[in-house]
Amino acid sequence: MKRELIKFICFSLFVMLMPSFFKGGYLMNVLVFVGINTMLAIALNLLLGYAGQISLGHAGFFGLGAYLSGIMTVTYGWNPWQAMPVAAIAVGCLAYLIGFPILKLKGHYLAMATLGIGIIIYIVFNETYDLTGGPSGLSGIPNLELGGIVFDTDVKNYYLIWTFTLAVVLFSINLANSRVGRALRAVHDSEVAARVVGVNARLLKVQVFALSAVLSSLAGSLYAHTMTFISPASFGFNFSVELLTMVVIGGLGSVYGSFLGAALLTLLPEFLRSANDYDIIIYGGLLVIMVMFMPGGLVRGIPDLFKKVFKTKGGADHA
Amino acid sequence: MLRLKNINTYYGKVHALKNISLHLGQGEIVTLIGANGAGKTTILNTISGVTPASAGEILFNKEPVSALQPDRIVKLGISQVPEGRQVFKPLSVEDNLELGAYLRYRSREWKATIHKDMKQVFELFPRLEERRKQLAGTMSGGEQQMLAIGRALMANPKLLLLDEPSMGLAPLVVQEIFRVLERLRQESGTTILLVEQNAKAALKLADRGYVLETGKVILEGAADELMENAEVKRAYLGKDKKEMWER
Repeated sequence: MKRELIKFICFSLFVMLMPSFFKGGYLMNVLVFVGINTMLAIALNLLLGYAGQISLGHAGFFGLGAYLSGIMTVTYGWNPWQAMPVAAIAVGCLAYLIGFPILKLKGHYLAMATLGIGIIIYIVFNETYDLTGGPSGLSGIPNLELGGIVFDTDVKNYYLIWTFTLAVVLFSINLANSRVGRALRAVHDSEVAARVVGVNARLLKVQVFALSAVLSSLAGSLYAHTMTFISPASFGFNFSVELLTMVVIGGLGSVYGSFLGAALLTLLPEFLRSANDYDIIIYGGLLVIMVMFMPGGLVRGIPDLFKKVFKTKGGADHA
Repeated sequence: MLRLKNINTYYGKVHALKNISLHLGQGEIVTLIGANGAGKTTILNTISGVTPASAGEILFNKEPVSALQPDRIVKLGISQVPEGRQVFKPLSVEDNLELGAYLRYRSREWKATIHKDMKQVFELFPRLEERRKQLAGTMSGGEQQMLAIGRALMANPKLLLLDEPSMGLAPLVVQEIFRVLERLRQESGTTILLVEQNAKAALKLADRGYVLETGKVILEGAADELMENAEVKRAYLGKDKKEMWER
């Protein structure tokens, strides 16, 4: 546990010192997205990497958080700080209700069911024009405000988002190392064995699904209040797949892996922009190579790579 | 202690258990023998609530338990060692054992008692103590079986359901495991229901036995009587094969 704490403190320092290297600029904006995506990837990883249940509809929960927050503040004039928790609770309850029937399904069938839920939510965003503004989106969402500070610049937003993200990281690490975390991994490995040691697998799966949805909704609300404009296009099937890719590339069942995956998949397109039309090919190619050569994800693949490099150079004392 | 009355269990449309009735007394070791598909595993899964019965009654210490979820049944004192061991492979030996005590965490003194129980498991299976930090999936089959039994014991069961503990193990390891079962009965009075393919070893250990065929009990009796029974000998002990062919 002590080692986990030191790791977390190092990570927090790294995150908090980041902006001093950039002094604003476009990259800061991208790093805000890295924070939001990290939160989402961790949320999905709790479900996929720990409990072993797939979801192809998480963009839907992300969107619900954003839209609920947006509608409550824009249309009904709520304070964003009130809207965020209300949205999160509402999305959590919804996921809980959906979870009971669909988490009885396994593997491909669960993938299909969650895919369907994601698509339904997406259609609702598009079609309920009066409420959501339809395909043209919802604008004028207020920024968050705390003690007279309005979070309206990239640097301010960076600290805001990453404070939340770090809280989610800390929470998830604690959860993963607790009795519940062990039970989740037990359900993942063998549901029958988990049940015969007394884990109520069905309930636990629904609970982690709801928790994952709550964290996604929180990320969605933060997204809405930092962007001030949302449209359905950000919450479609593509984004669900992107989240899944982040979790797998980063490393299943690792909180810091989710950060690496989210950081890579968010930053890579920005760096590849200079390759013009070839960017998508390079991007795809890199993903294939990483999955082939780092099947455990970046979080396990990078240290292995270091070990290999140092060994071939004769530095055998490294590992 | 445990009584099954006219239990019927279905897998979809397949009628797996047909009017099974059996009973276990306090401190008894009872074995279920029978060929593949006879319904031995299904009986254990029905008792533990994993595949609930569609008709019939199960009484545990005179309390009906057939409608309960598996976690409630574990709480009452019935632990199952599932078929094929099913240890949690990516977790360490210690984590596996702690999960065995999953339902006992909430009480206040859990840390001390669980530590004490883990010591007891290590005493029964010293090999597990040597490997307490090792991942369960990297251990040999015999060690995994020991871990699976140890994990079930961590729930402090009054009744232990064992599903083919000898499966795929070397005879010496099987002997070691059976010796531990004997010891458990003597030292802590644990009642044991043992499902086995290895009928000879099972009947040697058990007090009584039931012989199953296609979901029905076809024979029951004291273990030594069953061992002498001509039909059991022919079908499950592999004796007198020649005579049967010559007939």
